[in-house]
Amino acid sequence: MKSLLSTLRPAIGTTVLLTVLLGGVYPMVTTGILQLGFKAQAQGSLIRDSDGKVIGSRLIGQNFDQPQYLWGRLSATGTAPYNGGASSGSNLGANNPALMDAVKGRIEALQKADPLNARPIPVDLVTASGSGLDPEISPAAADYQVGRIAQARGIGAAVVKSAIAKSTRQRDLGVLGEPRVNVLEVNLRLDGKLK
Amino acid sequence: MSQFITGNGWLQLALYMAVLLACVVPLGGYMARVFQGEKTFMSPVLGWLEKLTYTICGVDPDKDDMSWKDYAIATMVFSAIAFIVLYFILVFQNLLPFNPQKLPGLTPDLSFNTAASFVTNTNWQAYGGETTMSYFSQMVGLTVQNFISPAVGLAVLVALIRGLSRKESTGIGNFWVDMVRANIYVLLPLALIVAILLGSQGVVQTFDAYVTAHTLQGIDQTIAVGPAASQVAIKQLGTNGGGFFNVNSAHPLENPTPLANFIEVLSILLIPAALCYTFGVMVKDKRQGWSILAAMTIIFVPLLIFCVAMEQGGNPNFAALHIDQMASHLQPGGNMEGKETRFGITNSALWASATTAASNGSVNSMHDSYTPLGGMVPLLLMKFGEIIYGGVGSGLYGMLVMVILTVFIAGLMVGRTPEYLGKKIQSFEIKMASIAMLVPGILVLIGTAIAVMTKDGQAGIYNPGAHGFSEVLYAVTSAGNNNGSAFAGLSANTPFYNSLLGICMLFSRFWIIIPTLALAGALAAKKTVPESAGTLPTHNVLFIATLVGVIVIVTVLTYVPTLALGPVVEHFNMIKG
Repeated sequence: MKSLLSTLRPAIGTTVLLTVLLGGVYPMVTTGILQLGFKAQAQGSLIRDSDGKVIGSRLIGQNFDQPQYLWGRLSATGTAPYNGGASSGSNLGANNPALMDAVKGRIEALQKADPLNARPIPVDLVTASGSGLDPEISPAAADYQVGRIAQARGIGAAVVKSAIAKSTRQRDLGVLGEPRVNVLEVNLRLDGKLK
Repeated sequence: MSQFITGNGWLQLALYMAVLLACVVPLGGYMARVFQGEKTFMSPVLGWLEKLTYTICGVDPDKDDMSWKDYAIATMVFSAIAFIVLYFILVFQNLLPFNPQKLPGLTPDLSFNTAASFVTNTNWQAYGGETTMSYFSQMVGLTVQNFISPAVGLAVLVALIRGLSRKESTGIGNFWVDMVRANIYVLLPLALIVAILLGSQGVVQTFDAYVTAHTLQGIDQTIAVGPAASQVAIKQLGTNGGGFFNVNSAHPLENPTPLANFIEVLSILLIPAALCYTFGVMVKDKRQGWSILAAMTIIFVPLLIFCVAMEQGGNPNFAALHIDQMASHLQPGGNMEGKETRFGITNSALWASATTAASNGSVNSMHDSYTPLGGMVPLLLMKFGEIIYGGVGSGLYGMLVMVILTVFIAGLMVGRTPEYLGKKIQSFEIKMASIAMLVPGILVLIGTAIAVMTKDGQAGIYNPGAHGFSEVLYAVTSAGNNNGSAFAGLSANTPFYNSLLGICMLFSRFWIIIPTLALAGALAAKKTVPESAGTLPTHNVLFIATLVGVIVIVTVLTYVPTLALGPVVEHFNMIKG
């Protein structure tokens, strides 16, 4: 058997070399390529207003609870919903009474804001997302809210539906994932901040 | 159950399996050439780096053949240095650069847990990503481990394969050569490709500080960013699983689109599945590799389908409320708590199954919020010992241990000396295989018992009732099998859980590696006996069925009582209303 000492040279040597290569060169090269080729995505897909100030990210949901805005998924992030600095799911088990309370609370809020809407509520609109930052809801969950938004804004349902349609994406490559509506984009359109 | 799997769901599952299996031959063949020291198309690009490494380290790749003991010592010393380096990076991250959020150093118990977690290829996350780790810790600490821990797994696997294919040899190869080649020729090129693909989809890669956005409803929102793409790529490919952000690949900046999700979930099983073919090439009998791949797939696919169906079935507690859980072309339906809209049910359950079949442990949905039986699938897949595809390297060497046990049991049944690939399987081999097989079970059952019987263990439980037991069981199962996924409601960042789970991870990793290398050494030293009429073929349907049977029976015998106390009780509680 070799001595422990003769094992130390390759052990330390490979550790140093691989740390430089994989912890230094590799992330730097990746950063270089992505910053050159996909700058907007690499910076977080940020959306800016006309003054250049950041008003959000296309990929990070925002909290909406005012009736004139489209609402997104429930968010279980800490200190406040949609805290983009501390992602978290609710981690409530399917059988946990606290889950039922959260769901019932959301149903109540939706019905209070739109008392005449008697349609069943799409499940993604009453449940919390895994990240707490889900930027999207299903087309069904968006459609459920059209009447309320139109009434709160005093505009036609067709205008709201058109804003939703423009922010709807179908499955990737026609197969992958689910059809979805970007909530922040819809609300920016409704506010006239995005064409 | 109100509904089963949707048409699109079937299509997505079929597409996934088809693409995965289509990659087996090209990637598996490439890896065989790499580990046999042959020239590949990457040799002109990175060959100089490989040679330079050997020069600096004083290694001669042609001459320095190691005995199994030397190989094991090299593995242990290398891992120990990695552990120490990572521990101190984490403890002192406040003094190190690339820390724009001025995050403090980690506590000693959290650093111990995280270092154990990453060195053992587990990547259990007791820490919170964006709230805990500086960019330096993520890159130089965690990303480096994401490469070298699967490279160690690959090296041990290649040593075992050499043990099976060499005759009357004292050596099983050179650890440094195998480990360096795994990094330079396999993991690094794949990671770079995947990182760029993910970056194009919206995964962040920047050194800027976190962004503050002024939202439409007029509040300030912090948006955590960082060099995520480079780390996410290798944490998927290396069956690591430690997320850049707290919620791992559920985070939209870590996994922004269904296409990104497809690349990430494919990356989980890519190398482990392809290694079956590598094995076949290296033992000069490809049928042996195919039969193992078949056994893995036969166990994986039904569990995957069951998991998707359970989650698509939704939460029966919601039936009394005014909620629509039916899937349609306008909504995913099903149990959407803890799942992202863009992934829906199919991609969430697919990921949950793949990540626990392999020892990956990353998540794109919160397993804690799955239905009881849907959540039992990832739990069960981990309990198979991470050999259904399994970890990079570790999955197949774990599986080969089961193959040797199966050959032994089959030999007992027909009354002949068992042999595998011409090697007689004798008492020493069975002892080593038994240790490797028993260690995870012992860790999981005793660890869970300790946790549920002590105040400190009970204090971490979040959900009430049987599900609380499942949370603890899941955590110890995850650590004791080097997976790393969690029922994340459990408050695991406490001195108690950091220590318990850290110890489980270290024991499970190295008390499988050492017997496996001993097995490799013993096998390499043996003669090869020629195939005869009495030889039990290990590449036909009968053998595959026996292997599946042995794996299932061993797992069921070990774990059924715990599954009954957790998910099964919870399921009955739920349906009785």
